[in-house]
Amino acid sequence: MPGGSSMLSLDGVSVSYGKTTAVDRVSLEVPDGAVMCLLGPSGCGKSTLLRAVAGLEPIGSGAIGWDGTDLAGVPVHRRGFGLMFQSGVLFPHLDVGENIAYGLRRDPRRWGRDQRRQRVEDLLELVGLAGYGSRGITTLSGGQAQRVALARALAPEPRLLLLDEPLAALDAELRERLVQTLRDALTRTGTTAVYVTHDQREAFAVADTVGLMQDGSIRQTGSPVDVWAQPQSEWAAGFVGFSSIVDRAALAVLVSDAGPCGLPDRQRIALRPAAFVFDERGGLEGVVEGILASPESLRLRLEVEGLGAVDAVAPPTTAVMAGQSVRVRFDPTACAGLGA
Amino acid sequence: MTVLKTRAELRSDVGLRPDAGARLGPRPDAGPRPETRLRKAFGPLHRCGSVLVVAAPLVIFGLFFLYPVGALIGRGLIEAGRLDLSGFGDVLGRARFRRIIGFTLWQAAASAGLCLLLGVPGAFVLYRCRFPGVRLVRALVTVPFVLPTVVVGLAFRTLFAQDGLLGSWGWDGSVAAILAAHVFLNYAIVVRTVGTSWANLDPRPAEAARSLGAGPVRAFLTVTLRELAPSIAGTACIVFLFCATSFGVILILGGGQYSTVETEIYRQTADLLDLRTAAVLSIVQILLVTVVLLVAGLLRRRNEVTIELRRASGTARRLRWTDLPAIAVTAGAGVLVVVPLVVMVVRSLHTPDGLSLDNYRALGQVASGNVLLVPATTAIGNSLRTALTATVLAVALGLMLSMALSRRPRALAARRFLAGVDAVVMLPLGVSAVTVGFGFLITLNSGPLGLRGSAVLVPIAQALVATPLVVRLVLPVLRAADERLRQAAAVLGASPVRVWASVDLPIMGRALAGASAFAFAVALGEFGATSFLARPETPTLPVLIGRLISRPGAANTGMALAAATVLAAMCAVVVLLVDAVSSDARPGPGGF
Repeated sequence: MPGGSSMLSLDGVSVSYGKTTAVDRVSLEVPDGAVMCLLGPSGCGKSTLLRAVAGLEPIGSGAIGWDGTDLAGVPVHRRGFGLMFQSGVLFPHLDVGENIAYGLRRDPRRWGRDQRRQRVEDLLELVGLAGYGSRGITTLSGGQAQRVALARALAPEPRLLLLDEPLAALDAELRERLVQTLRDALTRTGTTAVYVTHDQREAFAVADTVGLMQDGSIRQTGSPVDVWAQPQSEWAAGFVGFSSIVDRAALAVLVSDAGPCGLPDRQRIALRPAAFVFDERGGLEGVVEGILASPESLRLRLEVEGLGAVDAVAPPTTAVMAGQSVRVRFDPTACAGLGA
Repeated sequence: MTVLKTRAELRSDVGLRPDAGARLGPRPDAGPRPETRLRKAFGPLHRCGSVLVVAAPLVIFGLFFLYPVGALIGRGLIEAGRLDLSGFGDVLGRARFRRIIGFTLWQAAASAGLCLLLGVPGAFVLYRCRFPGVRLVRALVTVPFVLPTVVVGLAFRTLFAQDGLLGSWGWDGSVAAILAAHVFLNYAIVVRTVGTSWANLDPRPAEAARSLGAGPVRAFLTVTLRELAPSIAGTACIVFLFCATSFGVILILGGGQYSTVETEIYRQTADLLDLRTAAVLSIVQILLVTVVLLVAGLLRRRNEVTIELRRASGTARRLRWTDLPAIAVTAGAGVLVVVPLVVMVVRSLHTPDGLSLDNYRALGQVASGNVLLVPATTAIGNSLRTALTATVLAVALGLMLSMALSRRPRALAARRFLAGVDAVVMLPLGVSAVTVGFGFLITLNSGPLGLRGSAVLVPIAQALVATPLVVRLVLPVLRAADERLRQAAAVLGASPVRVWASVDLPIMGRALAGASAFAFAVALGEFGATSFLARPETPTLPVLIGRLISRPGAANTGMALAAATVLAAMCAVVVLLVDAVSSDARPGPGGF
């Protein structure tokens, strides 16, 4: 929706602890109904930025606004934002239902007894925990606790939901399942959200827009597809899964058969592991230096003459050994030109 | 400015979110809630509120603690309008005072050492092991800690008297009797404080040590003991402090032969009216206490960690045969705890006509033969009234202080200020109660405050003595509470007041109940300051007991024993009741 009816806007926001600058002049906008993902390694300042938006962290300079109104001086509890922590942080002395109803009690006229009960039931159903209302907090597993935390954050219908690595404390399989629950919940409720994570798969699954953060600054923003296809720096490329960077000239000599239109028109080119595929009839040869096995594929570290060390993938049943020479073919869809 | 716009086409392409709002969607006008007129009016008051929480207790502390104590010390050190420090040289130059200071230090160190030797095995058995009745035993060993020192002194004097049960040991009027009484009083501190640390200790590092080939002893010494060290050392400091400032026990068991700085301050002030010497000794004691408190504070800071949600009794295990030495020590300590009390109760039933309740009947009347102006039953009423008032005051003060001290402000200056406040409010633990009492007498009993002869002086003095205890019990719980719980509540729209009522209060509820009970027991048994302030016609029970045992005569002793039994029972009942109410809780991070 052009010029969205409501919008989160950050203008040159900085946060410092003593002499350390955790967030350095960040500016961004999140339109109504969109999910913005802040993706970056741990310690890049993304959680601090999120807490600043929530009002939990005083900002050193800049402005955080909602709908054009500056939020400076609006205390945490009047911002109408929801926040979901990495580990539930549920109130241990309240049961599941009371935890979810906590945020509803600030507005007793809107949420009467019956509405509250109904709302709690709806949300439990939304997160797949119908009937858990009277359970104690200590009886929940990690994944259940995070679902309750999500329900609690969504219950008061926040204008904006802030999610601080909500799935980081869970194991991989659970994370995959919950990321779907989360995305469905955000979609069905049409909630505007800022989602902080260090996991690029999570970001890709959830975000409308991704902001890559490093050392307190946002380095690149765009839709997930754009950011993954067009990283603007070596760091960004490495962070979204490109494993090696080579000179276009050197690559062009070796893979002339890919045709000039197959290679991006940039001086330096980032390659995903899948850029080279094990193929006995491939046009390139390399010496295997290392092997990393996974159920889906083998990842080979190859030393290719004239190019240096690059990664390649092979079917998981391929019989290769370190030191062996193998042939690979080039797949131009798994590479990207670096820089603007 | 980087502008991030959601691409509508991307949305539908990727299929992430249909635009249609679902039935759970936010209301369209979900804007900020309008400021009500009430809010606007109360906005500044809110800020005033948090200032008040810090300022009110400090004003009370200044008025009722620093001013009287300062005035008393000043009177001793200011000669003809000029500061005269020659008193230090005079006092410290005399062998008698050097001996007293030396005795104070070594008996406190010996008492603390003995407490640790007996208490650490007890902490293990009672907090790391599971057996039927463990909670009852835990509650029972707590009882001595809340008993008034007068009662304990009397119980041990009865036990070791020449005609007593252990009279043959020849401990009557000896240092050994003093040490035994100190261990009796402070055993519970070690068991409870070290025990709760031990119960909350992650057992996995010790298990890792075992898996790496360490035997149980080596695993204990190299891992468990190292992790418990701050807690043990901190507890040792507190026990040392309590024993170094011990008053009632030394007065009754020392028999004039042994004096600590505290009893000497009493003698110089009350008997000899030598305020100069008393002031010098008070300052020496304050310095000593400050050093110990600083060390304890350093150790405590290392010990306060954020509590995680862990299920109750998660670390407790069944008793094993290898625990036998620890069980034996604990059982021995249990005997030490029980025997003096039983002896006291039995002796209170002794009368010239054999066993009877005559001593108890005498409590209700003023006979010509005894030294009382009012019947002891009146003193019981006085005690309960003043102790209740003192408890309310101490809990209110301690609560406000704990809330202020649990803050972690960003500004360095504010943090330093709070650290200073923390230190000042702990001072009553170590400043002689006698100094406080006499200070009250010379400052508040006359002059501008006009509290002359006022009945409020006694509860105020008792509250000051009990406040540090409340702070030490409540503050660790507040500090250990996950700050994010408060943040989660605030983000969900809870105002600061609601955050306090719905997060802080439930978290510290049990600690607060326990602290109230301890404060009540301390106030009920307070002797040092009360003996100065209580008027002869309105004594409290400990003062009355003190008066009875200072006079010879079997009738007086019998009545004292009966009164002491009543006092002990009142303290024990309060603490056991509160323990029963709050003991289904997992041992928290409390302690001293």
